[in-house]
Amino acid sequence: MACWNPNIEMMSKEDLDILQLKLLKELVDRAYDRSPLYRERMDEKGVKPDDIMTLDDLSKLPFMSKKDLRDYQPERLFMAGKRDIIRYHASSGTTGKPTIVGYTKKDIETWSESLARALTSAGLGADDIVQVANTYGLFTGGLGFHYAAEKIGAAVVPASTGNTDRQLQMINDLGVTVMAATPSYMIYVGEVAEKMGIDLRKSTLKTGLLGGEPWSDKMRERIQSQFGVRGINCFGASELYGPSWTECDEQCGIHIWRDIAIFEIIDPKTGDKASPGERGELVITMLQKEAFPIIRYRMGDITVMDEEKCACGRSHPRMMRISGRVDDMLIIRGINVFPSQVEHCLHTNPEVGNEFQIVVDRKGALDDMLVKVELKPEAFTDNILELNALRERITSRLKNSLNVGAKVELVPTGSLPRFEGKARRVMDRRDI
Amino acid sequence: MNGPDYKIKQLSIFSENKPGRIAAVAKAMKEECINILAFSIAEGAGYGVIRVIVDSPVRALERLQRDGFVVRFTDVLAVEMADRPGGLYDLTEMLSEAGVNIEYAYGYRNEPFAVLIIRVEDTDEGMKKILAHGAKLLDVKHFQPDAGC
Ligand SMILES: [Zn+2]
Repeated sequence: MACWNPNIEMMSKEDLDILQLKLLKELVDRAYDRSPLYRERMDEKGVKPDDIMTLDDLSKLPFMSKKDLRDYQPERLFMAGKRDIIRYHASSGTTGKPTIVGYTKKDIETWSESLARALTSAGLGADDIVQVANTYGLFTGGLGFHYAAEKIGAAVVPASTGNTDRQLQMINDLGVTVMAATPSYMIYVGEVAEKMGIDLRKSTLKTGLLGGEPWSDKMRERIQSQFGVRGINCFGASELYGPSWTECDEQCGIHIWRDIAIFEIIDPKTGDKASPGERGELVITMLQKEAFPIIRYRMGDITVMDEEKCACGRSHPRMMRISGRVDDMLIIRGINVFPSQVEHCLHTNPEVGNEFQIVVDRKGALDDMLVKVELKPEAFTDNILELNALRERITSRLKNSLNVGAKVELVPTGSLPRFEGKARRVMDRRDI
Repeated sequence: MNGPDYKIKQLSIFSENKPGRIAAVAKAMKEECINILAFSIAEGAGYGVIRVIVDSPVRALERLQRDGFVVRFTDVLAVEMADRPGGLYDLTEMLSEAGVNIEYAYGYRNEPFAVLIIRVEDTDEGMKKILAHGAKLLDVKHFQPDAGC
């Protein structure tokens, strides 16, 4: 079995403890020195870099939230100056404003290193041709897999999303062996292939690097048996680096490299550490970050860690499937969507009221999002063309703000359900 | 003394495309003992506009508002047309000659003639043009209720 970085991947648990503590201390020093925001947070909590003497001392550090990342200017948050930043990406924020993430040269290298190890552990190598059917651009899905696949010497087909006919054409013409995509898009590609009379089981495509949205073993079974594509679960987020970790060939949880990150599981209500093997909220510390600090960052995902040594021989812990969220974030076709973003966007349209409802379905393999919004009585016109134009205007504003398309339905005022307090405005009917 | 009034108050009701919405409007009219003379539905994406001509528009509007409907009056014109093959054709020819821009139209039979309800961009202007071309517009009095229910 191949290893990209055997020194680290096969390191003993004891040596990893030592390495991880060293990296954690360096990170805290760096953040305290260079990130005015994080320094403030540590001071508020009365903790100094010198207080971090063991790995358990991590719990002394303050949490970071998505709101922290959004509310602060890069100068207050970043640990590196503009001169050292070589790339920016963005992640969906809870308002219309995305969170901007900066990377130094070393950040980009560490990111690729992490994913290169992962891809190698999943059995990929220089003989592979990887078609990246994730979005290229501000979101990290496309470029993340692109860099890592190149690093391990595989050939990259930067197909990006959409144009499924052409995706299939390239798989056939180039002999593509690996496709990086959301699991639902993978199924969609398989369904389109079937309609075109192409049997993917007989094609060169053998592996799917699948992530970016919640999925299930049921979907994996289907992808594997119906299309003959081995489904490898992947994980990452733009605030962290981007897609950075995957399962190994054993397909039993995602290896989290201990020199790259610490994944804690906490009780989302108390903030206390969960007992080993207990499900809770995922909290991430990125140990080697130079630009954008991620220290005890509350991801909002609910999952559980397995610390047992994997059958592949690696002692790095494994993250099991994400089973939900602590907040109301939705993932639509691989894009994070907060109902509050929808709310912000709707506010810019004076013709509609404050009440709205989001209905999410899976139509065929793909997510379908419907936003129902109440038309104000004074905005009602007998002219159906004007109503249609209003609906289209809202549709396009939503698409611009969410980065994912949603259907919009205008409904009469008073027809959407009212809730006390925090409105439960989402009806997620997907069965995944 | 008022002259003839050709501006007919049509009810325009905003509605979801859901079964039962028309029935709800019809039931309310029945309970109010209001006669529906004509109606049509314009469909948007997931929603629609129900357009209704009734014999007591003010009472109808009040009732529908009480029932929570988003409803408003829209001025339309009711043009008399001959109840025979070609009646609609002759009328539309005349309207186009008169240069009347129609947003939408729907018709019904009202023996011994037929009626075309039209919504035009500029109601006053449309009214003048139609009358000048010799067509007959129905007065609001035509739509007033017969005695009793
Ligand atoms: Zn393993």
